[in-house]
Amino acid sequence: MPQLIRKGIRIDESFAEAFPMTGSGVVVTAPTRKWAMQAATTMTGYATSVIGCDCEAGIDCELSTRETPDGRPGVRVLLFGFSPKSVEKALVNRIGQCVLTCPGSAVFSAFDGEAKIKVGDSMRQFGDKWQISKAIDGRRYWRVPVMDGEFLVESSVGLTKKSVGGGNLLIMGEDWAKTMRATEAAVEAVHATPDAIAPFPGGVVRSGSKVGSKYKGMGASTNDAYCPTLRGATNSALDADIGCVLEIVIDGLTSEAVAAGMRAGLKAIIALGPKQGAKRVGAGNYGGKLGPFHYHLKDLV
Amino acid sequence: MKPLLFTLKAEPDQRLDLSPLTPDRLVGRSAKEIESLSIGTTRKSVAVGDIFKVKLGDATSVRFDGGSDRFDLLGAKLLPGFEIHVEGDVGAQLGRAAKGGTITVAGDAGPYVASQSAGANIDIYGDAGDFLGAPLAGEIPGMSGGRVVVRGSVGARCGDRLRRGIIIVEGDAGEDLGARAIAGTIIVLGTAEGERIGYLNKRASIVLSEQRELGPTYVDCGAHNLGFAKLFAKSLAAESRGASRLLSGRLQRFAGDTAVFGKGEVLLPA
Repeated sequence: MPQLIRKGIRIDESFAEAFPMTGSGVVVTAPTRKWAMQAATTMTGYATSVIGCDCEAGIDCELSTRETPDGRPGVRVLLFGFSPKSVEKALVNRIGQCVLTCPGSAVFSAFDGEAKIKVGDSMRQFGDKWQISKAIDGRRYWRVPVMDGEFLVESSVGLTKKSVGGGNLLIMGEDWAKTMRATEAAVEAVHATPDAIAPFPGGVVRSGSKVGSKYKGMGASTNDAYCPTLRGATNSALDADIGCVLEIVIDGLTSEAVAAGMRAGLKAIIALGPKQGAKRVGAGNYGGKLGPFHYHLKDLV
Repeated sequence: MKPLLFTLKAEPDQRLDLSPLTPDRLVGRSAKEIESLSIGTTRKSVAVGDIFKVKLGDATSVRFDGGSDRFDLLGAKLLPGFEIHVEGDVGAQLGRAAKGGTITVAGDAGPYVASQSAGANIDIYGDAGDFLGAPLAGEIPGMSGGRVVVRGSVGARCGDRLRRGIIIVEGDAGEDLGARAIAGTIIVLGTAEGERIGYLNKRASIVLSEQRELGPTYVDCGAHNLGFAKLFAKSLAAESRGASRLLSGRLQRFAGDTAVFGKGEVLLPA
């Protein structure tokens, strides 16, 4: 594969292939930073990939007391799915089970979007007719009585169909420690990018998949071309100096956010250099026939 | 661009219906056309030109230099995006059934301010009369949206049958504050007279700035830090610092009126 060299790191002349998704987001606040983060962490659990989860979700950023609607510490959570209906179902379920239950929490829409998902309107009935709505500055909120006071939840949250899921970087290094060092630096840079999340554990995937399997009924299976232990046995994409590959998958509210996340990740990997971190960076695609969004690495370095 | 200006020539000798003089209805009209509009309410006809000197300007904004307690229905059915300022007093039904927009009154206002208003922001620097936000006789809901701030005091039955929206009274309120309120929020920073505060209140929040006795149909639910109050505090910070401060604190919640739904509340500083 043709490659560019940046500070000694080989950058594949390849591209990440991504798909249109529906995105939504909420700001979760609580009396303390700890409980805001707890609510956000809980609601974004088991949300790595739409292949097996109801959605892809992650923490976009922490918000200070000045940035949240109610002046308490907050966390901005983004959630992605393939259709508005699936996103609505996942969001309502997750807020109902993970945020409503979390002490001191409140939920606000993270952005306005082209459409709305009924969130507070769907869970107000938990109040068993004791719930009260309040309209403040054109937005409607539900006050649902709970055992530690009131659960305040915005009646509806924004939804956008302009989201993109599946931006990615394949980070290849000599061994696990060095590859992970580069990957962690890249994940940190992606986290700092607004409107983009890396939904996998700690932002990292170690089990990249290819389409199809030798087993009937399995839609996806291990990406053997990038498995270092199969380097000699399969049609490997790996060079002799690569002993570990880790992937970062990026979902964003816009295509620009995904590109910005990938650019920031690449920059962090290159800044770390090949001695401390990765030796090569690639990107996953399906030949360009499946996803309409193509992010060429050469355009991002 | 300067606003469309109405300068009062002399105190009118009859009550005036100023509903035709909202900015949205004056767009594209010449000074002569505006001066010929009829605004009288008796058998003796009165035109705008008899009462005001008209100076054309930006018609999205109308200014009245000089006011009178005979200026009725000023800003009635006002639409969003338009504004009216009155340098003086106004009469009854200020902002009646307004759908949006901004009205500021430097002086006092008469009864039925914001009656059935659905979204106007009304700021009165003086006092306001009885029945602020209330429906007229025979109508069911009162004010159904928007915001009214009265820097002075208000008369009796403020917020009667309030359906939605916020009323802030920085001075005192007359008897029967929030009577029959359906929903919405009323904040009084002064003293609320009488013993029937929130009489037959269904779901409205009435916030008072001082501890006081309430009727027997209001039940104490304890002192709490309420999230929605913090949102209100932030939202009202620019318009009423006093209201914002009151809502930022811990509030004692009295649920009522239990004579009806009991889903409303009176909030007092804890």
